[in-house]
Amino acid sequence: MSGFLGIQAIVKRWSTDVTVGPITLDIARGEILSLLGPSGSGKTTMLRLLAGFETADAGQIAVLNEDVTAATPARRRFGMVFQHYALFPHLDVGENVGFGLQGAGTREQKAARVSGALALVDLAGFERRKVHELSGGQQQRVALARALAPEPRVLLLDEPLSNLDPALRERTRRELRHVIKRIGITTVFVTHEQEEAFDLGDRIAVLNGGRLEQVGLPLELYEHPVNLFVATFVGRANVFRGPAARALGGKADGKVLVVRPERLQFGTAGLPGVVRELRYTGPVTFFLVEGENGERFEVLAEPDAARVDERVHVSATRVIELPEPGATR
Amino acid sequence: MSRRGTSVAAVVVTLLLAWLVLYPIIVVSAEAANGPPWGDFLTRRGEWAALWASIWISLASVVLAAGIGIPLAFLFEWFDFPGRKTLGALIALPVVLPPLVGVIAFLFLYGESGFVARTIQALFRLEQAPWRLQGPLAILLVHAYSMYVYFYLFTRAGLARLDVSMLEAAQALGADRRRTLWRVVVPLVRPSLVGAAMLTFMTALGSFSAPYIFGGGFRVMTTQIVATKLNGDLPLAMVETVVLALVAVIALVILRRTEGDDILVALGKGIAPRPRPIRSVGIRRLTTVAGWGLAVLLLLPHLTLGLVSLVPYGVWTTEILPPVINLDNYRRLFSEPERLRPLLNSLWMATASTGAAVVLALVAGWLVVRRRVVLRRVIEGLLVLPWALPGTVFAIALAIAFSTHAPLQLRFVLVGTAVILPLAYLVRGLPLTGRGLLAAYRQLDPSLEEAAASLGAGRWRTLARVTLPQLRPGLAAGASLAFVAGLGDIVASIVLYTYETRPISIEILSSLRLAETGVAAAFGVVLMIVSALVLGVGARR
Repeated sequence: MSGFLGIQAIVKRWSTDVTVGPITLDIARGEILSLLGPSGSGKTTMLRLLAGFETADAGQIAVLNEDVTAATPARRRFGMVFQHYALFPHLDVGENVGFGLQGAGTREQKAARVSGALALVDLAGFERRKVHELSGGQQQRVALARALAPEPRVLLLDEPLSNLDPALRERTRRELRHVIKRIGITTVFVTHEQEEAFDLGDRIAVLNGGRLEQVGLPLELYEHPVNLFVATFVGRANVFRGPAARALGGKADGKVLVVRPERLQFGTAGLPGVVRELRYTGPVTFFLVEGENGERFEVLAEPDAARVDERVHVSATRVIELPEPGATR
Repeated sequence: MSRRGTSVAAVVVTLLLAWLVLYPIIVVSAEAANGPPWGDFLTRRGEWAALWASIWISLASVVLAAGIGIPLAFLFEWFDFPGRKTLGALIALPVVLPPLVGVIAFLFLYGESGFVARTIQALFRLEQAPWRLQGPLAILLVHAYSMYVYFYLFTRAGLARLDVSMLEAAQALGADRRRTLWRVVVPLVRPSLVGAAMLTFMTALGSFSAPYIFGGGFRVMTTQIVATKLNGDLPLAMVETVVLALVAVIALVILRRTEGDDILVALGKGIAPRPRPIRSVGIRRLTTVAGWGLAVLLLLPHLTLGLVSLVPYGVWTTEILPPVINLDNYRRLFSEPERLRPLLNSLWMATASTGAAVVLALVAGWLVVRRRVVLRRVIEGLLVLPWALPGTVFAIALAIAFSTHAPLQLRFVLVGTAVILPLAYLVRGLPLTGRGLLAAYRQLDPSLEEAAASLGAGRWRTLARVTLPQLRPGLAAGASLAFVAGLGDIVASIVLYTYETRPISIEILSSLRLAETGVAAAFGVVLMIVSALVLGVGARR
């Protein structure tokens, strides 16, 4: 194992037909890894295995080559931010943040670390506030401060932004990344949103049905997905087969052609079709086009590029050729 | 804890609970099945009469309690008038006081030598008391007075859970008020109503103090069993016990059938309808006056109890108002060791049984909710079983099971020792602490405990700093109810007490028998105050 946090062939068997793993991942010191996948893909199980709330049926988890697979959560020194924050409602903000500092020096030293952790998340002076008086965003930051206060080796985040409203989410995402990068803590975080995974993570691990489909930089996942699942789950994708694929420049038979909507354009030649629907979202406009063989696909273009019911020709500027899903496994 | 440790703990807890709540019932059933007195039971008219009385009294209690409680609930939940909040809390009062207190308070107010009868007798210069508060009607009166609260509280809770948008949807679809009530509101609160009916029926079926004090020659099963036992006919008492248990089980099964879907209620997560102010001035005044009148009516027995407790022995004969009022009775109660004894007995026995019930419920709750052990349904069933059977059944079962020395059958002689009453109270308290704790445990977000663990807290620190503080409200509510039930218990006590271990309730009965009404009332007041204090503490958030 070379990374700071090493996950070696970890397996969790929930039942005979529901298994997560074997998954192997190496995470470098100070890296933020996003675990991305649909619900039921095993991403939360992975996080809970890392935290020690679930016990692995096989495999190993190591921090700097120290095996922690069998260590209790309390011994692991991993910090965790829960989806619903799990702030202790009977304790105030300061007591929550100080909870993990038991035996960490004098009362004054602890108080200093609590206020330091709160200052880190921009909540200086919030020690005596009640938890339920805080807004959702503040609660989220208290949860982060609480997880960071004991100076854990690894930070685990379980969909930390899912409870915030969309406007706040994007800003919090950037702040969260800044704090993590400033401390330089190795972080694993779970999300089911591609944009969030890309924005927050250095690298992304895509999970599906308990398996690791691909690990890589955002650009690699988007431009060079290894299979159809990754191609369609990460970003929008049109899938073409047969004559339509050949019309867009596909070469080999038995392969599928994946084209992102922004890599399609209207022109005079290429795949013929009729615009069925136009979806204008403001920054971008999607044209839903129906091809001659009934295939439907999305084209991203300027709002005035075509009209509904207009006959068009579509060509691709960049395509991704992938094996048919049945052929890969 | 390791998986193996958890399994061992689950088995131990299951066996302990089974030994406490199931085993005595099995022993009684087995011994009753072998005995000859079934013939006696089946051929005696008195037995059939008592059985029938139990059933019809319980059914009539349900009808009366529903008739009072449901309209009250609608009034207080849907309409606004001066004093609504205070009154709404006041009229829930009877439920928290030990039944015996209510019964003797009733006796002092409406009994043949009670306050009201005395007043009428004096006003109209009658030779005798105008009525005798005895027989089935008297029992029903007491039941209606104390049990309407179940319907009142359950219906209010059901109405409070209603989603106002459902009512608005019905109106938008063209339904008038009446149609909305019958097609939307009633189906939605049905589970609450059935729950209240179940609770009322079971309470009435197990009711002992009202039939014991007001029944006269009119016997229901509970009083019949105790009378048979006191006559020394233990085999027949066992048969009667089994019959009463069967009636309870059958009633539960039938009522469960009609309970309906809980999903209906769970669906609506919206805001409850706001109470409507009553617009018509006349009706509002009428409602206010009626509401306060009702509150006074409901509190009158307890006020009477307080008054009677201040009247020294033998001074109040034919006057409307007592000629002398002082604290003599209380002085006697606290200064005479003979009088103080039952008070201390009740206090320590209720404390010990509540402590044990809390510990058992904590362990059981952890196993059932957190560890989801295989035996969880069994454990949960055993916890609530004592609620499903009348207290008299358990009293007789314990009396039979623990009067024999047979260690191999896990039977020991506990009857006559100081252990048996706390044990009986413990059995009766288990459903109260168990339900409170299971509910609290289910509401406790498991990620709180995980958060503590990930912050480096060990098992005990997590329990002390996170789990217990979060469970505290449910725990305190269950524990205070169990404590008050033990403190005021008469059903188990009358079967199992000895002179040394006699509790307050038995002392009240013997004071009444000696016509020391003042002392009996003073005991009642002490019981009432301690209960109210404990419940007040238990209800604090």
